[in-house]
Amino acid sequence: MIPFQYTRASDVADAIKQIAADPSAKFIAGGTNLLDLIKYDVATPTRLIDISRLPLRNVEETATGGVLIGALVPNTDLAYHPLIEARYPLLSRSILAGASQQLRNMASTGGNLVQRTRCFYFYDATTPCNKREPGSGCSAISGINRINAILGTSQSCIATHPSDMCVALAVLEAIVHVTGPAGARTIAFADFHRLPDNTPQLDTNLEPDEIITAIELPAKGFSTNYSYLKIRDRLSYAFALVSVAAALELDGDTIKEARVALGGVAHKPWRSSAAEVVLRGQRAEASTFANAADILLRRARGFGHNDFKIGLARRAIVRTLGQAARGTPQSISDKKIR
Amino acid sequence: MTHSGTTKPKGSIAAAPEKIPITLTVNGTEAKLSVAPWTTLLDALRDHLDLTGTKKGCDHGQCGACTVLVDGRRINSCLTLAVMKEGAEVTTVEGLAHNGELHPLQQAFIDHDAFQCGYCTSGQICSAAGLIAEGKAKSADEIRELMSGNICRCGAYPNIVAAIQQAMERS
Repeated sequence: MIPFQYTRASDVADAIKQIAADPSAKFIAGGTNLLDLIKYDVATPTRLIDISRLPLRNVEETATGGVLIGALVPNTDLAYHPLIEARYPLLSRSILAGASQQLRNMASTGGNLVQRTRCFYFYDATTPCNKREPGSGCSAISGINRINAILGTSQSCIATHPSDMCVALAVLEAIVHVTGPAGARTIAFADFHRLPDNTPQLDTNLEPDEIITAIELPAKGFSTNYSYLKIRDRLSYAFALVSVAAALELDGDTIKEARVALGGVAHKPWRSSAAEVVLRGQRAEASTFANAADILLRRARGFGHNDFKIGLARRAIVRTLGQAARGTPQSISDKKIR
Repeated sequence: MTHSGTTKPKGSIAAAPEKIPITLTVNGTEAKLSVAPWTTLLDALRDHLDLTGTKKGCDHGQCGACTVLVDGRRINSCLTLAVMKEGAEVTTVEGLAHNGELHPLQQAFIDHDAFQCGYCTSGQICSAAGLIAEGKAKSADEIRELMSGNICRCGAYPNIVAAIQQAMERS
């Protein structure tokens, strides 16, 4: 690894002060992505500011019936937390679908949001990549793009956001709490991650001198009718080619409320309000789900190797909504897709 | 942190940051060492403490060969900075046996011939120790899923699962 300085932040205010004073520094919490990026010369911070000891590890109920999750709660602790398992099982399942138990033991909730893409070319510092080096070009568009995006792409970048947890957080309409030199603010989950457009180097709308302190879950947890289905090249411990988080509220066979988000297909978890509108008030059946899939994928475009993702996503959406409607969420250990 | 010795004028090549003294409890014994900030826990164990049972496989958190227990939880030591674990309790494969008696997992791996080349084995065993402590895996499917962070390129998986099941029953 390249040499870097190491300091510890004593509290959130100190962390902000330290990062504001040194633009080439980075926060480190779990380190599972950042240290990997440093080893590959993709990230080159001159100083790491250790925030792992800050007191941001609580999971507590909010006055409005939701849950506030400290940014440093490890992924494992969150997935197995009784409140999350009981009221937000979609979140629990999505976390356990990602990475390995070792990595989940290390990775923080806040860090999961700001992990970088696993696009092969972003990771290979010898190739052009607009995300890594703005203006150098995108190697993936005409390269090996099997894992790349089919929605929301731009001429400068077709990277995907790799998180599973974030796909569930998008469905649950989480709120990101951040603090910076100007004070604290909240960011709606849909506004947290960005599409690449002409600035693919920016993954999120978090300012460089801001720190994530907590993730808030609104009261609605969809704990009866939900499913997280992840399709990947091996049965465990691989990033999604396509994943679907689905949450429904039913009145008999009729859909009262529906939310669907896709992972592995765009620069951010992909939702479509139009697709959710066509589900509402309709019977929970395959033809209804297919209509929603058509809308979600209306502007989907493949780049050669990843053309298969469009059909795969269509089938995965219909399947996941069916699992949610039946109240039979995808199992995370028995990999059979029913 | 302060720099000692000759201070280089500003604008010259930055001086390498000083080593940082840390204390870890490794396999029950307090260890004081001095490491550069970028030293991983894996390198600290192998190169500073001569505990070479923990293996470097991919060095990128993809294979699990470097798995150790930190404060009782399994982690990838290759993606962990030693300085960040100041004060932690670390258990490596060398620390599992007690009073000359093999850990039930070590015995089970022998009983089931759960290795071929053996390179992944210390990581498999430490990971399985973490798995049993977590108490989340009951079925073979669940063991496979929660052990997926440990790759065995020889393909000894069926015997690894059998060994873990045996140790789980006896723990």
